[in-house]
Amino acid sequence: METPLKQFTISVYTENNVGLLNRISAIFQRRHINIESMNISDSEIVGVSRFTILVNMTEDNVKKIIGQIEKQIEVIKAFYHTDEDTIYLESCMFKIKSDLLFEERQIQNIIKDSYARIVTVNRDFFVLEKSGRRHEIELLYRELSAFGIMQFVRSGRIAVTKDQMRISTILDAFNN
Amino acid sequence: MDLKTKNQTKYLEQATERISGAEAVVRSLIAEGVDIIYGYPGGAIMPVYDEFYKYQDEIHHVLTRHEQGATHAAQGYARISGRVGVAIATSGPGATNLITGIADAQIDSTPMVCITGQVPSHLLGSDAFQETDIVGISTPVTKWNHQITRAEEIPEVIAKAFYIARSGRPGPVLIDITKDAQFDSFDFTYKKCHGIRSYTPTPEVNTESLVAAADLINQAKKPLIVWGQGVLLGHAEEEFKALVEKTGIPAAWTIMGVSALDTAHPLNVGMVGMHGNYAPNILTNECDVLIAIGMRFDDRVTGKLSEYAKQAKVIHFEIDPAEIDKNVTTNVAVLGDAKDSLTQLLPLVKENAHNEWLDQFHKLSKIEFEKVIKDDLYPTKEGLTMGEVMKEINAQSGGKAAIVSDVGQHQMIACRYAEFNQSRGNITSGGLGTMGFALPAAIGAKMATPNREVVAVIGDGGYQMTIQELGTIFQTKTAVKIVVLNNDFLGMVRQWQQLFFDKRYASTVMTNPDFVAIAKGYHLNANRVTQRKDLASAVETMMASKEAYFLEVCVEKEDNVFPMIPSGASVSEIRLE
Repeated sequence: METPLKQFTISVYTENNVGLLNRISAIFQRRHINIESMNISDSEIVGVSRFTILVNMTEDNVKKIIGQIEKQIEVIKAFYHTDEDTIYLESCMFKIKSDLLFEERQIQNIIKDSYARIVTVNRDFFVLEKSGRRHEIELLYRELSAFGIMQFVRSGRIAVTKDQMRISTILDAFNN
Repeated sequence: MDLKTKNQTKYLEQATERISGAEAVVRSLIAEGVDIIYGYPGGAIMPVYDEFYKYQDEIHHVLTRHEQGATHAAQGYARISGRVGVAIATSGPGATNLITGIADAQIDSTPMVCITGQVPSHLLGSDAFQETDIVGISTPVTKWNHQITRAEEIPEVIAKAFYIARSGRPGPVLIDITKDAQFDSFDFTYKKCHGIRSYTPTPEVNTESLVAAADLINQAKKPLIVWGQGVLLGHAEEEFKALVEKTGIPAAWTIMGVSALDTAHPLNVGMVGMHGNYAPNILTNECDVLIAIGMRFDDRVTGKLSEYAKQAKVIHFEIDPAEIDKNVTTNVAVLGDAKDSLTQLLPLVKENAHNEWLDQFHKLSKIEFEKVIKDDLYPTKEGLTMGEVMKEINAQSGGKAAIVSDVGQHQMIACRYAEFNQSRGNITSGGLGTMGFALPAAIGAKMATPNREVVAVIGDGGYQMTIQELGTIFQTKTAVKIVVLNNDFLGMVRQWQQLFFDKRYASTVMTNPDFVAIAKGYHLNANRVTQRKDLASAVETMMASKEAYFLEVCVEKEDNVFPMIPSGASVSEIRLE
């Protein structure tokens, strides 16, 4: 019987070096795992990058993946979390014809109800930004698509954990 | 010539001096204690070669005949000596030719540093002549890799490369250096690397798990030790032997681990895995505690995982946390270097003997002897067996020689029958199974330990994959002994075709050249044996030779290697015929 796949968020703290993205993504590729989303940014520590990777895997396999990721020289620490362990969201942008903003009253209600934010408006188009859970973004997408969306883009998941990850402690331990 | 000791401290933490990047590469290598480097020149690495010319009294560059040969030679050097092997090549094809050896070193945890030249930094990404993204290509098969585009980076990156290659679980590192970084001058000074904040090479031994392990060992009625290369890599042979002798536990080895304990030791119960010995394979599924030391439960060792040692409590001594529970779920995992772990374990285990349990091994060994070994070593049929050739080599070497084997039937026979009473004696491509490994690896092994007899045992297939390295042997006058066990087949594949593909011998028949003539073409002493009556004296002559020597032994064409655990079967289903 196959173990069902589950959604996991992987957090990886790394040095900020050329080639590390390739090295980490290769670990997933080698096991034929499709990465749902990946975000790389600064972390709370200067000079340390944070990868946030969303995957569907069995817990057994995600544990093994964490081992392989942590093994990389420039990886400081890797963790995996379930959705319940984290506060997470995604961000998205819609580019929509400006005419619609004035012609379709409904659009203004949608914007208000969804807590989306208008980033910019000009004569031809306006840009709407929304951060939140995937289902909220998908709902907004469905509602707006009835009127026509010129462009849509959604970011990967970003997440912070409820528990501490103590990266500074690890780095301090090395310095001492 | 012992360049290593002569140069060890030279260029180390000396006053700053303005030199070129290329010169810095060579000085950095010397500062790391490198005495021999294997490589092949080309456009993008020429500035470094120019420095090799100037520094030829301090570092010895060996021109192999192919870059793959350079990597395997560096591996052979590293495997026998425990030092870091070094290979160097130019950009593009020179660099890609290193990949097989790098992948081999990665999977067999061999410390190696590879240096490649790269097109000038302003041409990166432009599809320049001999440009290839070697950092991208080598990423999945290196422990670490890095591209240098500025000369100033050279000493620090090389220091880091050697530290990473040799520390913790060793592995290959690749450094790619653009040609402009080799030409540019900068203020050189060399400091060794002693730590990297994101990298913990050797986890500390946890006392609680050590105590838990000792408890299990002390209570075990039918314990079995399976050890791997970790014992050798951790220089833990003494501690390991003390553990085996104190606890009286039968110990079996993976092909990467053999020679850490004398093959004749009464508690050495042989080899596990696909072509391993009958007793340790069968009894893996009867032991109550399985003590794995410095091994990684490769599929060639475990057979069908879901039926591997299910009855046993498993203790895993391992340096690499990623190996814990990767294939076999453990009851107790002891992280750490084998030497540290075993030193601390030793006082916690009780003196013991397991005579009845050991008798079970002896009984099964007897069955294996009657059904397999007798005919391998003391054949009565006309054709020569690979096993009897190994027996003659043993008789001449007295267990002291290093046996360098390639991949296939002869490899399994060499590993099964070679006798060792000296550590680091078995050099073979275990994890990757790289045909063509042995000849160049033997060159590296012999150069690293000129006083040790090095015998390459190779099949007729693998031999022809790197046969050009005969040129290296001739040019460098390296006294390796080369034995080709010629059955005019790709024997192991043929064996599988016979057993599992109804004897459809697709592309496994080899029409071979006159190997003796080829060896003589390279001005090597060479001989061929086709009959049993000539074998012993031919092996004796070869072993007595002070120079390189080539011996072809024409063996039975369609012999099979047994015992055998068919692919995907359980270790209990090991076949004797």
